[in-house]
Amino acid sequence: MSYLAVDHDRCILCGECTSSCPFNALILEDKLEILDTCRLCKICIEICPTDALFIKQDSSKKTDISSFRDVLVFAEQRDGKLSGVVFELIAKGRELATKLNQKLYVVLIGSKTEELVEKLSDYPVDGIYIYDHKELSYYRAEPYTAVLEDLISDIRPSIFLIGATQVGRSLAPKIATRQRTGLTADCTFIDVKPNGDLVQIRPAFGGNVMAQIVTPNHRPQLATVRPKVMEQAKPSLDHPTKISYRDIKPQMLQSGIRFVSIEPKLKEVSITEADILVAVGRGLKKAEDLNLIEELAQSLGAMVAVTRPLVELGWAPQTRQVGLSGRTVRPKLFIACGISGAIQHVAGMSSSDFIIAINKDKTAPIFDTCHFGLVGDMYEILPLLIKELREVKTLVAESRWPNA
Amino acid sequence: MRIIVCIKQVPDTTEVAIDEKKGVLKREGVDSRLNPYDLYALETALRIKAEKGAEVIVISMGPMQAEAVIKEAYYMGADSGILLSDRKFAGADTLATAYTLAQGIKKIGSFDLVITGQQTTDGDTAQVGPAVAEFLGLPHICYVTGIKDVSPNSLTVVTDMLDTLETQSLQLPALLTVARDIYQPRLISYRLKLSSKDREITVLNYNDLSQNQGSAALEDEYFGLSSSPTQVERIFPPSSVISREILEENPHILVKKTILKLKELKII
Ligand SMILES: Cc1cc2nc3c(=O)[nH]c(=O)nc-3n(C[C@H](O)[C@H](O)[C@H](O)COP(=O)(O)OP(=O)(O)OC[C@H]3O[C@@H](n4cnc5c(N)ncnc54)[C@H](O)[C@@H]3O)c2cc1C
Repeated sequence: MSYLAVDHDRCILCGECTSSCPFNALILEDKLEILDTCRLCKICIEICPTDALFIKQDSSKKTDISSFRDVLVFAEQRDGKLSGVVFELIAKGRELATKLNQKLYVVLIGSKTEELVEKLSDYPVDGIYIYDHKELSYYRAEPYTAVLEDLISDIRPSIFLIGATQVGRSLAPKIATRQRTGLTADCTFIDVKPNGDLVQIRPAFGGNVMAQIVTPNHRPQLATVRPKVMEQAKPSLDHPTKISYRDIKPQMLQSGIRFVSIEPKLKEVSITEADILVAVGRGLKKAEDLNLIEELAQSLGAMVAVTRPLVELGWAPQTRQVGLSGRTVRPKLFIACGISGAIQHVAGMSSSDFIIAINKDKTAPIFDTCHFGLVGDMYEILPLLIKELREVKTLVAESRWPNA
Repeated sequence: MRIIVCIKQVPDTTEVAIDEKKGVLKREGVDSRLNPYDLYALETALRIKAEKGAEVIVISMGPMQAEAVIKEAYYMGADSGILLSDRKFAGADTLATAYTLAQGIKKIGSFDLVITGQQTTDGDTAQVGPAVAEFLGLPHICYVTGIKDVSPNSLTVVTDMLDTLETQSLQLPALLTVARDIYQPRLISYRLKLSSKDREITVLNYNDLSQNQGSAALEDEYFGLSSSPTQVERIFPPSSVISREILEENPHILVKKTILKLKELKII
């Protein structure tokens, strides 16, 4: 869409650019020539003493970005229930729309959606667009893409946020590709520049770096947003919400996919749903000692989570692993026992509301992440803590039923 | 049946070097390997081949060194391989990568199934599979955890949606991205290593894939960095939390203070 160009009237054939180009893309003959090995690194533009080099936008292909405005959020539902990330997207979308003085819209796709529409309209959104059809009750890539294409071509949103759930990460790339626009995966931070460019930040390369990504010349700007990282919206009853049911044309429902069956997994509650997590790492000496952790969890009404080494040892299932290659959690309280705080682990828990760490090594990196750190041996601290918690509990129980 | 598996060469460590100035990954000097997630895609294809009979073609976009991962796929049992390599493909984001792969797949002609890994270990986006499906006009399903049935015109697959297991059938041709652990990937076979030693790798470059002959722009093209809608603006280290209290005392005092803290937080 853009390429390097030279203004031959300005070029003084000094050769500064040819020697600085890392790709040998510039050569001096009787005039300066740009080869197709150019990767638009822009080093030459900075070096050129006469400002003869510049990036030229190919206007024939450039989207007219000024005709796009407003923020759209995908209200993912599965089995008639809204995904939790929807409320996080609404809060973020509201913030962006307010900053840009634009509107926030939500799109809901499903069947028998009345209750969900009612629930969504309690939130500070300006409009809800609904595609309701029994063929849309379950997610299938092609019909969902077709109806979203219909909506996007109609309302032309500048920003479109989708939860980075399994559905979202299957759907978003298909829509972005259909629109020939940019998509940023699994963002953990989103903001907007005054000119309307979406600032998208995500961990990359194993969580060792954060990358800030923009989509300057294409609209809509699409991002999937990692669940449980951002704040959830609160209902706001004084915000009027316009509700629009959209027409569905038969060709939108065409699909090469047929739903055969859905069965519930005999699942335990996921650690991503827990309010309190007691997590344990390699400070644990043997598998049986998990009983100690389990006991602490019970006394707090918490679930047990682990670091990757414990999964590798076979001491805990993968579903309990927190971190880059496990789950991202955001409980109200996260207690890290015998966990060093490796970056890959921290990536999955650092946005917990409050983090308590217990580690006998006061130089452990977990102490740079936690809010409240206890330097000591967990085998000494935990039994005492469990005992104290039991006492608090019985006191509470007795004060509630003084005569029992 | 003809199955195409998309594979990628990725840096071997998470300690990757980043060219901060250009905002692209420096590939030079970093050890590389086959993206681990792609092993599951390849294994899935090879199992279908073993059960139903199929031709397995691997395709990759990357520099010439990426021939190594195609070789590795040969040693596991792939029949042929294509490498899409051209300076013009470099620096591609997921849209441009998917476009280039789709153009390469079109060159193969007819096929029944495209399989990709669920994501790569470097980009971690999980976007290329579904985007290839869109460029090729194929139905797709992501995070497939099991193949129930393969027939000449359709495929029945299971996906794990965390709280439910969903079974769906797809008309062929179609694209799947498979989850980690769908099947245990096989090891490299020494016998195949010997027998495929001289097998060729087809290399296709920009001129082979471009629809636009000469200067006339027949269709929009999306190759490489300059056609990538997303731009990396800046790369920076992850930050850590600010306000914190670290206590170093005897365990009894630590526990008393923790109880107070839990009360303050209204946990107890
Ligand atoms: C690509 C990649 C992805 C990864 N993904 C993940 C992931 O998702 N999740 C994850 O957790 N890891 C992940 N890892 C692994 C990660 O790098 C670390 O190796 C791991 O998190 C360390 O686990 P740990 O803290 O339990 O063990 P260690 O690093 O061994 O730390 C044990 C800690 O316990 C302390 N300790 C020992 N005994 C006691 C005691 N009696 N009382 C108190 N403290 C004690 C020690 O001081 C030490 O700090 C990944 C690695 C890579 C390369």
